[in-house]
Amino acid sequence: MKLRDIIDACGLEPVLVPDAEAEVSSAYTSDLLSDVVAHCTEKSVLITVQNHKNTVAVCTLVGAPAILIAHRREIPADMQEAAAREGVALLHTSDSQFAASCKVGSVLGIDPR
Amino acid sequence: MSAPAPSSVLLEPKSIAGSGVGNDPLVLLELIQRLKVRDVMTTELATVPRSAPLCDVQELMRRKKISGVPVEEDGRFFGLVSIDDIIRALGGGYINDPCSKHMTTKLVVLEDDMPISFALRYFNRYHYGRFPVLNRDRRLVGIICQRDINRVLLVELSKELNRLEMASGKSLDQDGVSELYLMREFTVCKYDFENAGKAANEIKRLLQDRQLPPKLIRRIAVAAYELEINLCVHSDGGMLSCQIAKGKAEVVARDAGPGIEDVEWACRDGTSTANEWIRSLGFGAGMGLVNVKRVADEFEVKSKKGSGTTVRAAFTVTGAA
Repeated sequence: MKLRDIIDACGLEPVLVPDAEAEVSSAYTSDLLSDVVAHCTEKSVLITVQNHKNTVAVCTLVGAPAILIAHRREIPADMQEAAAREGVALLHTSDSQFAASCKVGSVLGIDPR
Repeated sequence: MSAPAPSSVLLEPKSIAGSGVGNDPLVLLELIQRLKVRDVMTTELATVPRSAPLCDVQELMRRKKISGVPVEEDGRFFGLVSIDDIIRALGGGYINDPCSKHMTTKLVVLEDDMPISFALRYFNRYHYGRFPVLNRDRRLVGIICQRDINRVLLVELSKELNRLEMASGKSLDQDGVSELYLMREFTVCKYDFENAGKAANEIKRLLQDRQLPPKLIRRIAVAAYELEINLCVHSDGGMLSCQIAKGKAEVVARDAGPGIEDVEWACRDGTSTANEWIRSLGFGAGMGLVNVKRVADEFEVKSKKGSGTTVRAAFTVTGAA
């Protein structure tokens, strides 16, 4: 699925989207960067409240094309700069991580049962 | 994204054969950042109490062939008698006075955990021959002069040169074909969250350029990231290196302190000494070494409380380009 489709279907607010056509096949929800590094798969949207530029570094490392910041936490300028440099999309939602995960998972057709 | 500065050594078959590595001043910059004043200072001190007459200090200087004597009692530092003070005492006819009356008390001192780059700046700025060194408890623990720094730098540079020569020697097999695909080192500074993760991403890119299998790249990148963050969060700063040679990739993190008290405990899932601030940034979950161990084919931690830590993660490389 294209990142654009997920943004539209989940009603996410695009803060920075370098490539709306980026392929997304999964999602991962965590605020611990070591956990993200260990388990987040390539082409995933990372759902988190971790509004820090190191989150961008981690997504670059694992090949995650987008970060969805939950609770609409402010995205600092240096995080946006890092994301622009690395080509990682930044998205906002007022939902919690749980609600956002349910929505994104549903659109992606992921059923963890 | 640029690599954390200063990244020090780039060894590739082409550059090993050439002179590029030897001309790289970043090796020296890394050394003067990594080495601390305590690694360089003289700790066997000839000192005198405040009551000692200047003529005794003069005799001590002659015997020990030194030009400055700290005045201290039970570790408490009071001042310094320099050879200039002795010359003035001889000229002024007060060489039998206690040194407390004439010692220099307005002194610039260094702390033992400062990097030697700091000490070098002080030598340039103040033009003194030596600086007393105090520890965090403000007790006299050593004295440092520029000769001490030169001596240690020469030793360390010599070690570095040997290491580079060894790498260079290993890089050619019998057919004259390079077996050392890549070696890269990065300096990682304490609490430098601005650059945290950049070295690992740089390593990942270099591996991608060499078209290693994606799953292997991911494993190496995970190890590099976790070790880089560990250096940033837990060490006083150190070096992260990645080397690929003879069908094996190695990621090594080296630091000079403060060391791990209980390595077994530190390698358990969920254990961490990170503070709240570090945790609030998403680090310090106690998963770092566990992750490294999980992804690596070989994993080794060498550490001692009060000295340095070296963590090595090795990977069998198959399908390298």
